[in-house]
Amino acid sequence: MTAPARRRGTGQRVPVALLVPAALGVLFLVLPLGGLLLRTPWTSLAPRLTAPGVLTALRLSVQCATLATLLCLALGVPLAWLLARVEFPGRRWVRALVTVPLVLPPVVGGVALLLVFGRRGPVGGWLDATFGVTLPFTTTGVVLAEAFVAMPFLIIAVEGALRGADHRYEEAAATLGAGRWTTFTRITLPLVAPGVAAGAVLCWARALGEFGATITFAGNYPGRTQTMPLAVYLALETDVEAAVVLSLVLLTVSVLILAGLRDRWITGP
Amino acid sequence: MTGPLLDGHLVVDRAGFRLDVRLRVAAGEVVALLGPNGAGKTTALRTLAGLHPLTAGWLRLDGVELDRPATRSFVRPERRPVGVVFQDYLLFPHLTARDNVAFGPRRQGLPRRAARERATDWLGRVGLTAHAGRRPRQLSGGQAQRVALARALAVQPTLLLLDEPLAALDARTRLDTRAHLHRHLTDHAGAAVLVTHDPLDALALADRLVIVEDGRVVQEGDAGTVTTRPRTDYVARLVGLNLHRGRAEGRLVHLADGCAVPTTDRLDGDAFVVFPPTAVTLHPERPAGDAPHTWPATVAGVHRHGDHLRVQLTGPVSTVADVTPVVAAGLRLLPGQQIWATVAADATRAYPVDH
Repeated sequence: MTAPARRRGTGQRVPVALLVPAALGVLFLVLPLGGLLLRTPWTSLAPRLTAPGVLTALRLSVQCATLATLLCLALGVPLAWLLARVEFPGRRWVRALVTVPLVLPPVVGGVALLLVFGRRGPVGGWLDATFGVTLPFTTTGVVLAEAFVAMPFLIIAVEGALRGADHRYEEAAATLGAGRWTTFTRITLPLVAPGVAAGAVLCWARALGEFGATITFAGNYPGRTQTMPLAVYLALETDVEAAVVLSLVLLTVSVLILAGLRDRWITGP
Repeated sequence: MTGPLLDGHLVVDRAGFRLDVRLRVAAGEVVALLGPNGAGKTTALRTLAGLHPLTAGWLRLDGVELDRPATRSFVRPERRPVGVVFQDYLLFPHLTARDNVAFGPRRQGLPRRAARERATDWLGRVGLTAHAGRRPRQLSGGQAQRVALARALAVQPTLLLLDEPLAALDARTRLDTRAHLHRHLTDHAGAAVLVTHDPLDALALADRLVIVEDGRVVQEGDAGTVTTRPRTDYVARLVGLNLHRGRAEGRLVHLADGCAVPTTDRLDGDAFVVFPPTAVTLHPERPAGDAPHTWPATVAGVHRHGDHLRVQLTGPVSTVADVTPVVAAGLRLLPGQQIWATVAADATRAYPVDH
């Protein structure tokens, strides 16, 4: 937190009309987190953290969020490139459509996934009949649900980075004999690497916290589809202290990620 | 091989602008496209590199058709034997100087080692061996320019293109870099096209000047011809001459309103006449004697120009005159003042409008 200290040094006076709501905003966002810390059973923290279910859920969460991020990178970076660099009819519509998961309630996303990738769905039925692959209520289903919800974060970050990057570097690469693919891998990607990294971290954090689409599409089977947020929800019904501990783990991971990304988060698109 | 190495008729139509430039460059020749900003020079350069397609005309390099809209033939930039030095160099910021230079040779299929060796060799030729491991942001403007030149030459291009190669440099670096660039352009066996709005760069670096205004070639020729026989106001201003158009009769060129300029060149018909500002003599009264060689003028402005005073004159013949401070003091020059001007015949040069 060096920025406020620097600002104080300039001796600028902050208008009260801005300061009061800003302070209220911080309180509103931070107080619930403080409440979580207050209710944390610190004495029994260690045994609860090492309880078998917790580690399983945490491992599954991290694995699924990582796989979902990789999937988003594989599909989202080329899509962002297309949106940023190629003029094609209906580009505005594509751009609007791929960001729909941002505003869609995740549960609705889960239902939609179920309708398409479910065993009776057009794609799910075909997968089942052809390869014997079932997606809903599997770990793969968790990855798909998380990727569905998190990909827009990656696309927006990478597209913004691509638009900000000087495309004349790509022209320079072309005059040196590089085709479009080589230019993309050797010049464009390294130039927008910070944007891709920021997008991937945001995407990962969003996937880690995903709840609605996951529980709808993949269900809640411990060890297979029960990620941390699902475990929190389940624990809340039986053991509030367990829920608090699980939440604390999730909170710690999120804060670490976002703190590492603070500047990007503020200046990003 | 006979004929020019580069032969093109570059036509680009854009909303409200048309580029129409005929360009021929021989092997080993350096041609400067010189013109004011917005004249279409950079667009012409981009069509040569393949970064902008022609809308009509053609472009042939070393016997290979690179662009001809009529037959829908177009060679993509990465397949053209062309090297470009961009105005702000566009060195890849994430690569070292050596990797920047090695990028082109690598794309030409050279193995990594050989490409790096060639890059090291080229960095040596531009005197930057010690800077091979640096990133572009760690290089000074002049060094970055030389890395950009090495990068463009490392692909051994048939055609070397330079877009305002010295514009981004400060005056002192510019002088050194210009001399350095001149040496490499002389060594370059292929054709070279240089785009600049600076007449000094063009005169120092190019074998031939092509003056482009509003997308058209208004004059071309070697430095001597262009500087002594300008054909447009833009060129005349660049080389510091007064240019007028009139009708020549023997040793007189008749301008507007019965004014005339004497000359030692004998010719008849439509003619241009040029004279340096120092050749104009100002008189407070109409001098006695030959009437048509003198014309009335109004002082529009006076400002310092080197160790002279430059006097802007309006009237039937708008022109500029350079006078010494002593003369100026004697004339008591003030804006709005009526005076008389004459030009010495031996300082003027007249030549026909039609080539």
